[in-house]
Amino acid sequence: MALLELEDLHVYYGNIHALKGVSLQVEAGEIVALLGANGAGKSTTLNTVSGLLRPRSGAVRLEGEDLTRIPPHRIVERGVVQVPEGRRVFGQLTVLENLEMGAFTRTDSQGVREDLERVFALFPRLKERAAQVAGTLSGGEQQMLAIGRALMARPRVLLMDEPSMGLAPLLVEQIFDAIQEINRQGTTILLVEQNAYMALQVAHRGYVLQTGQVVLSGSAEELRENPEVKRAYLGG
Amino acid sequence: MWRVGLVFGAVAWFVSLVGLVEALHGRWVVDGVLSAGQVLLLAVLLASGWTAARRFSASLVGRLWAGLLAGATVGFCVGLLVWLRSLVDLRTMFVNASPALFQLLSGGQPARVAWAAAVAVGAGVGLVGGAGACTPARVVRPILVGAAAALSLALFQELVLLVLQPEPLAPVRDWLFVAGGGPTAQGIAATFAFSAALAALRQASWGRAGRVALPPKAQRVLWSFVGVLLLAALPIAGGPFVAQVLVIVGLYTLMGLGLNLEVGLAGLLDLGFVAFFAIGAYTVGLLTSVGDHGIAHWSFWAAVPVAVLVSLIAGVILGIPVLGIRGDYLAIATLGFGEIVRLLVLSDALRPWFGGSQGVLAIPKPVLAGFEFSGPQHLYYLTVVASAVVAYVAWRLQDSRLGRAWMAIREDEDVAEALGINLVSVKLLAYGLGAAFAGVGGAIFAVMVGSVFPHSFQLLISIQVLALIIVGGMGSIPGVIVGSAVLIGLPELLREFGEFRFLVYGAVLVAMMLLRPEGLLPAAAQRRELHAAEEEPAGLARTPVGAATEGGA
Ligand SMILES: Nc1ncnc2c1ncn2[C@@H]1O[C@H](COP(=O)(O)OP(=O)(O)OP(=O)(O)O)[C@@H](O)[C@H]1O
Ligand SMILES: [Mg+2]
Repeated sequence: MALLELEDLHVYYGNIHALKGVSLQVEAGEIVALLGANGAGKSTTLNTVSGLLRPRSGAVRLEGEDLTRIPPHRIVERGVVQVPEGRRVFGQLTVLENLEMGAFTRTDSQGVREDLERVFALFPRLKERAAQVAGTLSGGEQQMLAIGRALMARPRVLLMDEPSMGLAPLLVEQIFDAIQEINRQGTTILLVEQNAYMALQVAHRGYVLQTGQVVLSGSAEELRENPEVKRAYLGG
Repeated sequence: MWRVGLVFGAVAWFVSLVGLVEALHGRWVVDGVLSAGQVLLLAVLLASGWTAARRFSASLVGRLWAGLLAGATVGFCVGLLVWLRSLVDLRTMFVNASPALFQLLSGGQPARVAWAAAVAVGAGVGLVGGAGACTPARVVRPILVGAAAALSLALFQELVLLVLQPEPLAPVRDWLFVAGGGPTAQGIAATFAFSAALAALRQASWGRAGRVALPPKAQRVLWSFVGVLLLAALPIAGGPFVAQVLVIVGLYTLMGLGLNLEVGLAGLLDLGFVAFFAIGAYTVGLLTSVGDHGIAHWSFWAAVPVAVLVSLIAGVILGIPVLGIRGDYLAIATLGFGEIVRLLVLSDALRPWFGGSQGVLAIPKPVLAGFEFSGPQHLYYLTVVASAVVAYVAWRLQDSRLGRAWMAIREDEDVAEALGINLVSVKLLAYGLGAAFAGVGGAIFAVMVGSVFPHSFQLLISIQVLALIIVGGMGSIPGVIVGSAVLIGLPELLREFGEFRFLVYGAVLVAMMLLRPEGLLPAAAQRRELHAAEEEPAGLARTPVGAATEGGA
């Protein structure tokens, strides 16, 4: 049984049919990339998994348990945590306060301290700037903070929405290194990306979404070689 | 420069024609020499010179010149007003354009002479204002403090006289005040010199010790001891009137602490907050009244917990329908709630229960172990204790898990939800607890007045509570206390200028938003938001400190 399983999800915004029967699986320990053009429904998919949106039909299962009837905060408690699109950090709070906010659902202070060290080890830049107000961080630092904040909830499945958006190439590398490192430390990752090239470098498998439907899926290698993917997402 | 002059000239016209100058003219700052009305005009002139100097020049001569020119322009405007009046009767349009006002503005001279004199005086005072802008802040600040203290002595002279009532203090009294009149010249001068010197000393010691150094524990204990003594002594020294004002400040503090949970911490705007104050008051009224509408004849102490509970439930009930609403829409929805509650208790249909516009009468004073809290001086202690308890609860809440959740939804509701914060319960708790605080205030209000009427719960109260939070500093508990002292206490003390209360209110709010948008005593997060650019270096400098605390935590 897959750790996370989406089955035939239909999601609407009013009359707009945004997801038209999306199904996908994420196995424990994997990095799975979800690719697609603007408006394909990638963010919608993630928001449905984390409970912020409700599907009209279909199911999201975590180890067989249906999440679609569970409120978002309980889903976080079950270990499914999202890094929202566009690095929305709490701008007025300090880096440290942001990270503490990420551990909101947790009660094991010892574990939280350990995870704080883990995040600081992953992003030493955040440690240097622990007392700085998050709103004054650079874009890349804010993305690190958004990821670190999600890690503070000690997720089993991390949902990442376009972590490379708007970052310089060097920073993109750093972020993807961190993603791989997080995965190596045991966290399963569902990664939404427009940067298909980078995503397929780190992912084990991938799905391609087009206007709310999965049109292609396969191992990262297969997708890299697929002529359609090459043409549409890899620029050649 | 002359444009700044024109703006301030308009201000001078305005304060004159609405009658503020004349009202203040009835108050001596130095008996027989200088009135508060004249001080107001001088302040306008000084401010024009200062502003013009700041804005238009960096060089010393340039600044002086700018100040002089701006002041002269203001003087010209005032002279123009005097001259206009000599031509037409302004009173048909401006009821406050009284002969007494123009006697003051023209100094009794014919219009042309007065005009010339106004320009000359304006230029002189503007020059002083310009000079002020060239002087380092370290010099200007003590002078401003001294002036403020001297002015306070004049404005609050009844209060000071009240305190100096006892016979042994008579020599001080006679030295400071002309019998039956305003302060003496020596009294004002001494107050000015003393306060300015104190401010200068304080500034000097700050420079040495560094502002951030916290006092050692012993010192803090000493200070809180002094504070408690002072709080306890205030109504005894000040008499029933001061006690009454302080009770009202306390009631607004209670409401402010409640609304601060909603608006300041959780970021949920609420313009119907007075509803919970009303619900607390009516609950106590109905439960304790010995009149027609009393239903239980309970004691105050039994009724208060019920009032708090009922307010809390009302808060949750308000919260449920507005859960999904944000921002401006929330303000309108809550505004409606406040009016609904007021109109319900006012309605004829519910008159048998709530007494309609007659209200609930005959609410007995609280009695504790045979002691009756009869006058304001007794109720003051009740209010202080209640405020202290509520402030303590608010303070603990702020640092709690719940407080952090409120902060998160204030910053970004969607992200907060994604981080596992239960928006529904966290928001309802903000509304419920905020309402409960206001309910405590309402309960005391009911026994203070001895009756409750729908008329006491106007929208204006909600607005005032919101305003005092903003002036004090959003999300800051000391800010709430300072805010209600400044916005509620001061106007109450200056009752005789009551009709100008909301004029000054508006001006203070606008000035605050322009000069110090984070409030008088802001919470850390607000300060950061509004001064992000200036604070950045400080933020960096603090890094090692933050890292150290984090390591120790
Ligand atoms: N709140 C909303 N209301 C109405 N329609 C929406 C809303 N959010 C998204 N949509 C629509 O749903 C579709 C899928 O949007 P979604 O945000 O999931 O795309 P995406 O794949 O994440 O795109 P991007 O790469 O630009 O972030 C789009 O057609 C979008 O216009
Ligand atoms: Mg998206």
